Amino acid sequence: MSMLHTVNKSPFEKESMKSCLRLSAEGSSILLIEDGIYAAMVDTTISDSVKEALKSKKIYALKEDVNARGVQNKLMDGIEQIDYAGFVNLVTQHDKVQSWV
Amino acid sequence: MSTTKKFLYVNRRAPYGTIYAWESLEVVLIGAAFEQDVALAFVDDGVYQLVKGQDTAGIGMKNFSPTYSALGDYDINKIYVEKESLEARGLTLEDLHHLVWEDEDEDWAEKDSIKLVSSAELAEIMEQQEVVLSF
Repeated sequence: MSMLHTVNKSPFEKESMKSCLRLSAEGSSILLIEDGIYAAMVDTTISDSVKEALKSKKIYALKEDVNARGVQNKLMDGIEQIDYAGFVNLVTQHDKVQSWV
Repeated sequence: MSTTKKFLYVNRRAPYGTIYAWESLEVVLIGAAFEQDVALAFVDDGVYQLVKGQDTAGIGMKNFSPTYSALGDYDINKIYVEKESLEARGLTLEDLHHLVWEDEDEDWAEKDSIKLVSSAELAEIMEQQEVVLSF
């Protein structure tokens, strides 16, 4: 079983997302929540590194947090939007959770 | 005797993740109620506050973004958005609320409140203020 990483901080304000991308193993899953969802947007200064990570990792964004911030039409292809129930499923499908708070 | 000062509110945080954005809005409205010369700057993650289409039903928090559209009614019509911050986040003016105010000197003509400014221009605007409040 692989690891689930969660990121809840904006990639432009904290290093959390950068650290997560650097320290997560291939095949692991990354779930973006709260201000972390801004990392899922297209055409940003970090979108290239996120696109690169998508080649070897699965990246999800929590739909409720995306909608709250009004960026639902700006997410990059390859990032799956999930709801709270999907969040719970992800936790049960992985053996550990690392929160990059 | 009352004095009017030039107030600038500098907003640098995204909405909802922290309380800064909402707190700033509350203080902005207080400043306007005291008839101060109020201007707002949105830089760094602060530009996310103005993104249109916010729907907070799923996170159980109040969507305070419609309040920005009411700022014109409080005579707040100097809203500066830093171009560099918008671009770094893949956003354009089209993604933001269209904020307007009515100019009573020109028969209540509707005018845009948001001014897109460069970093250098914003630095100059900050220099011109008497009071700067950071959120």
